Amino acid sequence: MSSTSTTTVSTGGLPSRRNTELAMLVFAVVIPILAYANVGLAKDETIPAGMLGYGLGLGLMAGAAHLVVRRWAPYADPLMLPIATLLNGLGLVLIWRLDQEPEITTSALGGPMAADQLIWSTVGVALFLAVLIFLKDHRILQRYTYISMVVALILLASPIFIGESVNGARIWVQIPGVGSLQPGEFAKIVIAVFFAGYLMVKRDALALASRRVMGVYLPRGRDLGPILVIWAISLMILIFETDLGTSLLFFGIFVVMLYVATERTSWIIFGLLLSASGAVFVASTNAHVGQRVDNWLNPLALENDGVTETAQSMYAFGSGGLFGSGLGQGYSRLIGGIAAKSDYILATVGEELGLAGLMAVILLYALLIERGMRTALAARDPFGKLLAVGLSGIFAIQVFVVAGGVTGLIPLTGMTMPFLAQGGSSVIANWALIALLLRISDTARRPAPAPAPSPDAEQTQVVRV
Amino acid sequence: MSELTLTVMRLGFLAVLWLFVIVAVQVIRSDLFGTRVTQRAAARRPDQAPQQRRPQQPAPRGRQRRGAPTKLVITEGSLAGTTVALQGQTITLGRAHDSTIVLDDDYASGRHARIYPDRDGQWIVEDLGSTNGTYVDRGRLTTPVPIAPGTPIRIGKTVIELRK
Repeated sequence: MSSTSTTTVSTGGLPSRRNTELAMLVFAVVIPILAYANVGLAKDETIPAGMLGYGLGLGLMAGAAHLVVRRWAPYADPLMLPIATLLNGLGLVLIWRLDQEPEITTSALGGPMAADQLIWSTVGVALFLAVLIFLKDHRILQRYTYISMVVALILLASPIFIGESVNGARIWVQIPGVGSLQPGEFAKIVIAVFFAGYLMVKRDALALASRRVMGVYLPRGRDLGPILVIWAISLMILIFETDLGTSLLFFGIFVVMLYVATERTSWIIFGLLLSASGAVFVASTNAHVGQRVDNWLNPLALENDGVTETAQSMYAFGSGGLFGSGLGQGYSRLIGGIAAKSDYILATVGEELGLAGLMAVILLYALLIERGMRTALAARDPFGKLLAVGLSGIFAIQVFVVAGGVTGLIPLTGMTMPFLAQGGSSVIANWALIALLLRISDTARRPAPAPAPSPDAEQTQVVRV
Repeated sequence: MSELTLTVMRLGFLAVLWLFVIVAVQVIRSDLFGTRVTQRAAARRPDQAPQQRRPQQPAPRGRQRRGAPTKLVITEGSLAGTTVALQGQTITLGRAHDSTIVLDDDYASGRHARIYPDRDGQWIVEDLGSTNGTYVDRGRLTTPVPIAPGTPIRIGKTVIELRK
């Protein structure tokens, strides 16, 4: 329909691309299997016994996901699922590879984790399937704008009341019989739904009612309300849960979506000013956050008669060099503790696959985010556009914050690398996030239905007698 | 395991990883050709449209009179050259993103005007309470008026007209 696409890029009847997706998925399952073989051969000179199991598990997950996409979202983007599968598979290999190091796989540290991670991934894919099957249209979520705000606030606040403090951050909630859960990981998706619904309604007021001073639009005082409320909430998370990551993600995603909804640069300036002042304030008053900043400023300083984790991860990147030491041949176990498998898993990538491998992994994340933004461009409804921007923005901020923290660009925040790092909540939530993006992309790329014949046309029909 | 085998495996794995990235980029590239950016050249004709477009749905021509305009052309402004086929649907103009024609014009309002066919198939232009007004033949619109093909309609710096 040329009438609906005059100025924007539109999808002119794309083929469904499901076969492309299948081919990419096979590729995405083969790469982690190769990596298993590589680790096994390097460490024990044999093909590891568990390789078949993990390969089969990953393959079954990917196959089930593909079949459901084929049936329930036939026009969805062909790349998101393969990239997510590959990242998840690589994460499983890396965790399994770190499980082979006896020093960091003691029972005090939780023992081997790859099997658990595979189970969590399966749960994640199950949630992915459920979202695709039961959410027929993403616009249904629009009805739950304010409910999702309440749900997100409950999820974000729950660790303060019923949570426990682990490694200084209070972000876990114990669920008897299941283990601990990070509600923040799920809150990020729900909050994107709220922001998309809220900004879709309010964006005209936020964009248009403003004065122009020195080239930037100054919003009216009362329009600053929402951003100040969100800022205050994210500072509360930072102070009461001492969780830098969630706080940054929560505020960052609001500023990103506000900018996309209103096209006003001034929101970004306000956002940066507010987050900078908030960060400085909390870093100077809160001991835990202050220590993270200290580690960032002086990574090579000694701490408890040893080098810091930040320094160890920098050594790992350095020893990896351009092409890495090879899978299974690095020393990232020296980072110590469980952190090597969760927060610092990128250091293992950097050491064993080198700069070349690290860049490939980061490019995979970039491609996934690009597909999300592309979905936002192609989406026809403003809610879908904003939601797709929000979800891929969450992904982008999370990757930036973790990768920046591990490489020493910004203070470490204790978030997980999506799909790659060990952690059940994270992998489950990210699969759900991908499912939502696929749902929006299916709606966006689906060819428009033929217009219904107009009743007038039949009335004026000439009937030959 | 010999050093050589391990080196080959290490570089081979990196190559496979990059191959995946490159194939993924190729998929995106082929996707780009599936999309269509509307030509803004003034001399565009329907038969010059890109190959990948869907077959045109039959337009509901039943209520269109003989000699009724078939397309809307933007003749001046940043979108000059854009054409929109008239198929009996309402066309909204304005800066709002969900307008049929999204005007990139500082003088246009979010929802500036709309052009729609009445029951007789006559095309009507109506100002939607815009700030700077919609002008037909130098006169500012206050009520919906029918427009004949070739009459310039001015919105800010943008001029559109209906053509046969």
